[in-house]
Amino acid sequence: MADFAFWLIAALTLGSALMVVSSKSLLYSAYSLLFTFIGVTGLYVFLWADFLAVVQVVVYVGGILVLIIFGIMLTNKISSVNISHTSVQKGVGALVVLGFVSALGLMVYSTPWIQLPNSEPAETTKLIGNLLMMDYLLPFEAASFLLLGALIGATTLSRKDY
Amino acid sequence: MDTLSNYLLISSILFSLGLFGVVTRRNGVAVLMGVELILNAANLNFLAFARFGGMNMSGQVYALFVIVLAAAEAAVALAIIINIFNNFNTINIDDVSELKQ
Repeated sequence: MADFAFWLIAALTLGSALMVVSSKSLLYSAYSLLFTFIGVTGLYVFLWADFLAVVQVVVYVGGILVLIIFGIMLTNKISSVNISHTSVQKGVGALVVLGFVSALGLMVYSTPWIQLPNSEPAETTKLIGNLLMMDYLLPFEAASFLLLGALIGATTLSRKDY
Repeated sequence: MDTLSNYLLISSILFSLGLFGVVTRRNGVAVLMGVELILNAANLNFLAFARFGGMNMSGQVYALFVIVLAAAEAAVALAIIINIFNNFNTINIDDVSELKQ
């Protein structure tokens, strides 16, 4: 059962990711991105990362996807119903990417990965909080500066008189 | 299903799809979507190695930082794309080859 659910979620993720990069309509791409994010969330749950799964839904689906749809709406004339976009050199791109993914797949299945014994943690939130406040305090503060910079930068860039 | 290789394969396919989007799309917003796919694939790798490397929580913390960076990147990139649209009246990134018009 869990096996079936895993492959279903993997198929959902990869299928909608394929839609994202191949759909003719930009809005269809954006909505396929929603299903990709939800599929990746499911894979996070399989990887025992419950906190990260919730963060993924809140930040990606609630934040980034809404931003992207806003971006589509603001950069196209809504009166023209057909918000389409084109791709160039699809054949060459597909060929190169196919070679790339087969090389990666060969590498993944031929490398003897070292796996350590693991057990499912009762809660990950507490462990992540401890690490953030102790081992990773400096990156944490740097990330807060980066977010402040991005906030000011994005506001300044999108002002009318800039 | 519960093998490291399966997760790595899924994430490498996701990465390649994102790469395909970045190199073939010509709309700025669509290129951004490809970048988001690539970042998600990287996160999937972090979490897979965290879990199969003895449930090391550092991987999850790194994934959290990647999500933070992705949010900041999306906000700034969309501000830039909207500015480009206001100045050039297009977001086809092949047409936007001049710093000043």
